Amino acid sequence: MRLSRALALTTLTILAAACEKRTSVAETILIGHVGSLTGSEASFGTSTENGIRLAIEDINAKGGIKGKRVAAKTYDDQGKPEEAAVAATRLITQDKVTVLLGEVASSRSLAMAPIADANQVPQISPTSTNPRVTKDGDKTRPYVFRVCFIDAFQATVMAKFARESLKLERVAILRDVGSDYSVGLADFFSKKFEELGGTIVSDQSFKSGDQDFKAQLTTIKGKSPEMIYTTGYYTDVALLARQARELGIKVPLGGGDGWDSAKLFEIAQGALDGSYFSNHYSDENPDPRIQSFVKRYREKFGGTPDSMAALGYDAAHVAFDAMARAPDLSGPAIAAALAATKDFPGVAGVITIDADHNAVKSAVVLKIEKNKARYVTTINP
Amino acid sequence: MTEFLQHLVNGLSVGTIYALVALGYTMVYGVLKLINFAHGDVYMVGAFAGYYLSDLVGVRPPWADPPPGAGETFVKATIVTMGSMIICGLLGYLIERFAYRPLRHQARLTALITAIGVSFLLEFGFQLSPLVRSPIEFPPGPSPRVFPALLARDGYEVLGVNLSNYDIIGLLVALGLMLGLQWIVYRTRFGTAMRAVSFDSQVAGLMGIPVNRIISWTFVLGSALAAAAGIINAVSRPRIEPLFGLMAGLKAFVAAVLGGIGSVPGAMVGGLVLGLAEEYVAGYTDSSYRDAIAFTVLILVLLVRPAGLFGRLTVEKV
Repeated sequence: MRLSRALALTTLTILAAACEKRTSVAETILIGHVGSLTGSEASFGTSTENGIRLAIEDINAKGGIKGKRVAAKTYDDQGKPEEAAVAATRLITQDKVTVLLGEVASSRSLAMAPIADANQVPQISPTSTNPRVTKDGDKTRPYVFRVCFIDAFQATVMAKFARESLKLERVAILRDVGSDYSVGLADFFSKKFEELGGTIVSDQSFKSGDQDFKAQLTTIKGKSPEMIYTTGYYTDVALLARQARELGIKVPLGGGDGWDSAKLFEIAQGALDGSYFSNHYSDENPDPRIQSFVKRYREKFGGTPDSMAALGYDAAHVAFDAMARAPDLSGPAIAAALAATKDFPGVAGVITIDADHNAVKSAVVLKIEKNKARYVTTINP
Repeated sequence: MTEFLQHLVNGLSVGTIYALVALGYTMVYGVLKLINFAHGDVYMVGAFAGYYLSDLVGVRPPWADPPPGAGETFVKATIVTMGSMIICGLLGYLIERFAYRPLRHQARLTALITAIGVSFLLEFGFQLSPLVRSPIEFPPGPSPRVFPALLARDGYEVLGVNLSNYDIIGLLVALGLMLGLQWIVYRTRFGTAMRAVSFDSQVAGLMGIPVNRIISWTFVLGSALAAAAGIINAVSRPRIEPLFGLMAGLKAFVAAVLGGIGSVPGAMVGGLVLGLAEEYVAGYTDSSYRDAIAFTVLILVLLVRPAGLFGRLTVEKV
């Protein structure tokens, strides 16, 4: 009995080894994706995943890269940094992916970055805007890239917009203390807004997943700001917007790209009308490249692509472009090609990777009207 | 002053939820000397049961076309709340019957660890991706869901303070349930039996009290209260997910200890005090220290009154 079980196990192991050998020589390039397919920021992961799938369809229709087909392997991190680290390790060591895509949230990208660096597998984050994602102390991480702008720029855009276009003097800040993205963006905003002559009247915090924000909002109301700049992710923002309206706070809210999700409007039910947020792209932009992407996305997945979908698509295409230019498909060769990316035409803007591995590109400001995001203006760096 | 009063309203609204959940902790502790860590998750299940029931009875939001009449709203809200209380009552019964009863005569630590196990089972079980798709998607998975609007929200402004029918109904329902519970515990045969079991379950059994049945009913009552809390909370803060019972459960447990665990009015007062403490701390000091400072206040209270506000220290006779 025991012998036969051992025998079966050995056979299985040999079979598995044989299978593994076959896939490794097969003519496919495997890319890995780590995303929050479930959890509080579930729409981030699913949108990015859709964008990546669309990009893979494109490249395979054109005959793949270096004559090889491209396939993707995706793991869900449930919106938890520790799970993102586990998923990244698994993709690199077990699935042996060529390139790692993800994550949307900065806290999770930060958890993955050291793993990508240590294993010399290039990681491209579609939308993590915290500056520290591509930095290890003062030096740039050699294998970590992003195809979006960073928070210093995003905060400047909103600070300038609030100060110069909306002519606001007094702004209150409400930040999520548990998120690297939220804290960083709030810090950059308050610095820039005060530089421009405005006043931060109150700086309050919450923790992602909190049910009740009324204590902070009541205090903010007492300081009578003209805008509340809140840098959380969409589920928290929607809930706190409702509670702000329930407390009779009528001023607009402001925020960053973490707001971008259809769920924001589903939970807010109009509470965010009149508010502004900065984003990577607008699906209302008449540019034919954007419109053809929007149309194809709608046909394939239904619904309008948000910026996570657009940047997931761009991140995958930037990776394919670098792989095509690289002399071989080793990590260092692809990383060198990625660092040399110049004027790549993405749907969410033209991408040039700078010395810090960030993309230098414009941001848009959107206004929420009748529970829908409307394009207001584009601001260039 | 307006701000102070607004904080008062907000704090009471949050405290109500803690109080209702704390009642369940207190009852179970009173009877079994067991801290039922799964109770916070029963509260979560209550909200999800309400979510599914609203789907099944077809609750229409106030902005639907045509909007539901007052009668329809009331009937459906009642069905959803009562239904959810019954489902959670049943869940409480099952937890007691299959997780705790087989361990009743083991060391108390065994039951405590089992309680933590049941808590994890509910939290992570509910995070699995749906196995059943129709008529409901169950388990719900980890993504947050939007709780339907059971009744229209009416906001009022009194002296510059904003409050709503949600806050008022929540507080009234909580007070009503607490008074009902107090009546059951002190004025009915069941309550007398419960207190007897709490005092000494072995002797109570010898006197002909059906100890098992009394304990089962205690769990049913406590769990039904948690379900009511889950619904009241979800109506005014309509984002529900499988992990949201964790923190609420912990805080309710602290509220029960603060009020004096084992005491029904103590749980109620403890919950309200904790809600207010958190609110004023977040409102008047640094909001990032909300929980830290609120819990420090509690430690100080317990240093002065180790048995809690309403608790009585019992001396163990040797």
